[in-house]
Amino acid sequence: MTLHRITLNDGADLDGFRRAVRRLIADELAPQHVIFTITDEPDLFGHESEGEAPPVSLPRALGDMIGLVVCHRNPERYALLYQLVWRVLNGERELLDIPSDPLVHRLDLMARAVRRDLHKMHAFLRFRRVGGEHLERFVAWFEPEHFILEAAAPFFVDRFRSIEWSILTPLGSLHWDRETLVLGPSACREDAPTEDGFEAGWLGYYESVFNPARVNPKAMRAEMPKKYWRNLPESAAIAGLIQTAPQRVEQMIEQESTMPTKRKPERALDAMWDQEPKSLSALNAVIAEAGPLVPGATQAVFGEGPAHADIVFVGEQPGDQEDLQGRPFVGPAGKLLTKALKEAGIDRDKVYLTNAVKHFKFEQRGHRRIHSKPTAGEVKHYRPWLMKELALIRPKLIVALGATAVLALTGKQTPISRSRGRAMFGDVNGYITVHPSYLLRLPDEDTKRQAYEAFVADLSHIRDLAKADLKTGELPLAAE
Amino acid sequence: MDEKLAKKLRILADAAKYDASCASSGAPKRKAGPGELGSTTGAGICHAYTPDGRCVSLLKILLTNYCLFDCAYCVNRRSSNVRRAKFSVDEVVTLTLEFYKRNYIEGLFLSSGIIRSPDYTMELMLRVVKALRRDHGFRGYIHLKTIPEASPWLIEQAGLWADRLSINLELPTEKSLEQLAPEKDAASIRDAMGQMHDRIAEAREEKRRFSPAGQSTQMIVGADATTDAQVLNASATLYRDYDLKRVYYSAFSPIPDASTVLPLKAPPLLRESRLYQADWLLRYYGFQVEEIASGGENGMLDLEVDPKLAWALKNRHLFPVDVNRAEREMLLRVPGLGARAVDRIVQARRHTTLRLDDVARLTSGLKRARPFLVAADHHPQKRLDREDLRRRLIEKPEQLRLFA
Ligand code: SF4
Repeated sequence: MTLHRITLNDGADLDGFRRAVRRLIADELAPQHVIFTITDEPDLFGHESEGEAPPVSLPRALGDMIGLVVCHRNPERYALLYQLVWRVLNGERELLDIPSDPLVHRLDLMARAVRRDLHKMHAFLRFRRVGGEHLERFVAWFEPEHFILEAAAPFFVDRFRSIEWSILTPLGSLHWDRETLVLGPSACREDAPTEDGFEAGWLGYYESVFNPARVNPKAMRAEMPKKYWRNLPESAAIAGLIQTAPQRVEQMIEQESTMPTKRKPERALDAMWDQEPKSLSALNAVIAEAGPLVPGATQAVFGEGPAHADIVFVGEQPGDQEDLQGRPFVGPAGKLLTKALKEAGIDRDKVYLTNAVKHFKFEQRGHRRIHSKPTAGEVKHYRPWLMKELALIRPKLIVALGATAVLALTGKQTPISRSRGRAMFGDVNGYITVHPSYLLRLPDEDTKRQAYEAFVADLSHIRDLAKADLKTGELPLAAE
Repeated sequence: MDEKLAKKLRILADAAKYDASCASSGAPKRKAGPGELGSTTGAGICHAYTPDGRCVSLLKILLTNYCLFDCAYCVNRRSSNVRRAKFSVDEVVTLTLEFYKRNYIEGLFLSSGIIRSPDYTMELMLRVVKALRRDHGFRGYIHLKTIPEASPWLIEQAGLWADRLSINLELPTEKSLEQLAPEKDAASIRDAMGQMHDRIAEAREEKRRFSPAGQSTQMIVGADATTDAQVLNASATLYRDYDLKRVYYSAFSPIPDASTVLPLKAPPLLRESRLYQADWLLRYYGFQVEEIASGGENGMLDLEVDPKLAWALKNRHLFPVDVNRAEREMLLRVPGLGARAVDRIVQARRHTTLRLDDVARLTSGLKRARPFLVAADHHPQKRLDREDLRRRLIEKPEQLRLFA
């Protein structure tokens, strides 16, 4: 039988190899009857004329391996890959699961070499800036070992999407204009810029992070082989750093430690520990500065009321209205709360109203912003602020409105139906009831009215509790 | 880049270099959207290596090396006379973006000496991170050093912007901490680690971002009298209680203007490398601290052979192990076989019977593995019991590869 010759293009000719495999498999040509040659005159043989053979289905791992190995410089790569394909399709379907097989092992090593080359290109390529002050463009010169230019491209696009760049190599070039990637012809070193305004700074950084007491050039070269050095600006520093290292270490060891020249630091040290916010307004400034811990809100909504109120009401989070006005409990639920407080004989202006979470979280639906419940984790993000707020107010009684408030105050999830009534939050007396928005959500009028009455009854109870001279942990009998 | 900034960069990079925890790994894969800059790759990338063999991945700098604390081991302690500098928020942002655009770095690793107060310092650091993420659409990696003495709400914010948070324990025992770092306090370090651990776990469950690459820490080795067993016990506790991603070990190294209370000698690099190997055994090879320690003497690891080999030499009755039959757990205990090699062995032997040649293709540590292995065509026989086995397996020092 005569040898069948397959000619593939120079570089990583994945398409050509795929076509060839289909043809060869369709013709049942075993590897020993095929030779692969490579030409640098593209499409000389007009592949189309032979007609497409039917696709061949290969295990996925094999497809991945082919994708990598075709990038390898070794001219034998196609022949080796075809041997593997042939064996997989002729009774050794699981061949790739046997990494100890000599052929699989060899191709594995080739695939690894390509992967390493890709990785090193991602790591060691250096851009230099060209163009004036306004037009920002970056150009890099790199010399990969294997045919990896196209395979390396997605990394650079994903990373440097917002800037224009070109990568020039002896085996082709890539050009990105922030929207499309264009593959260009080979380039030479002279086409790339030779300097960059930040390079000296980078060199200084590189020198400074080196620790002379740990000098180990061999370990460096294992990871950053010399062949890459000529395109790495920082390599200019290597020889000097190694040479001066022993002397620098000696100096450090011999040098007597000096007396501190600074004045006594006591004052600064005392001030240092005095960092806690000391008033609600100082705390609120900290919260405002932080910005939302859940995305979306217009502004932080702080607590409101006398700085040393007897009762603090803790709700869930600000709603749409609260977010726009920057005040707590001013939306529909807040209005209902105000009404109920009044009926229970509590003056809204004499109590302190706040929320577990200080920012509105919502889902946009058309023009409406629909309240979305904070997750347990989000409630905990806000917890340190709430705890500080309560510590500053030192109320007699803390009222949790709804389950989120209970979670914020206790750190635990408890359903309201089971915990409603008196409670302890740390060593402060507490009371758990529903959130007024719950009343608004009830479907029929009867239940709504009953629930509202129960809510007002809770509030009256709260009023009496706060009036009674509470000692920590000691609760008077319920005023029925 | 102007002169003044370049000078500050030298000072503040030099001041940060003793922190080994600079990997850019563990973040979920991320790409820049339109108008954004930066991505993360999962495993992270080392963009350069300095002649100490260490990887340069992140722009590792201090915001300032002025510090009110006086940790004896630290080049930035208030009683040291090193040159001081302080970056502005904008300067750090510029450096990060410009270095990133030139493909020098994977992102930023920001730490700081404590100025004015822990809160003040941490707020400044947060301003840098927020500016990068919010104002500049920066999607690269950010590792933020947390200041455990800062108010808890600052930690709550830090994790929303950073890929990784860390607090350096530095000294594994409370006693050493008290002696060498008088302003630090083991309890607040533990509290802060616990707080980060809880938030990280909650966010993962709720599919939100909070320090997605977890938290790490560093311990200094050789500045105090702590034994390797104590260090490893501290690590095991940290891994268990706080689910730490990594514990870094940093051989105490001479620093300019060093404190008189500390040993000034060459850094114990070999000890550091053995600790990294032992740490691997803890996390991926099913070893307990006591087993690892039993390979050495008096709580110190054997410096001449790696800790797995040291353990195996003292437990020869458990060997040889048959590559074709042994459980995965036992294969992991064979010196010279890494976890990857073990996986490949287990995979291959489902389809074929392994001979020694086959094993050679699956691991690069065959020399060490050989006396402990049985393959289809190989049995170590008496070699395993030879007196001089240890001596034959000692690596020449220059063949040691450092992990860090
Ligand atoms: S707190 Fe301690 S370890 Fe950190 S910079 Fe200051 S002196 Fe150094």
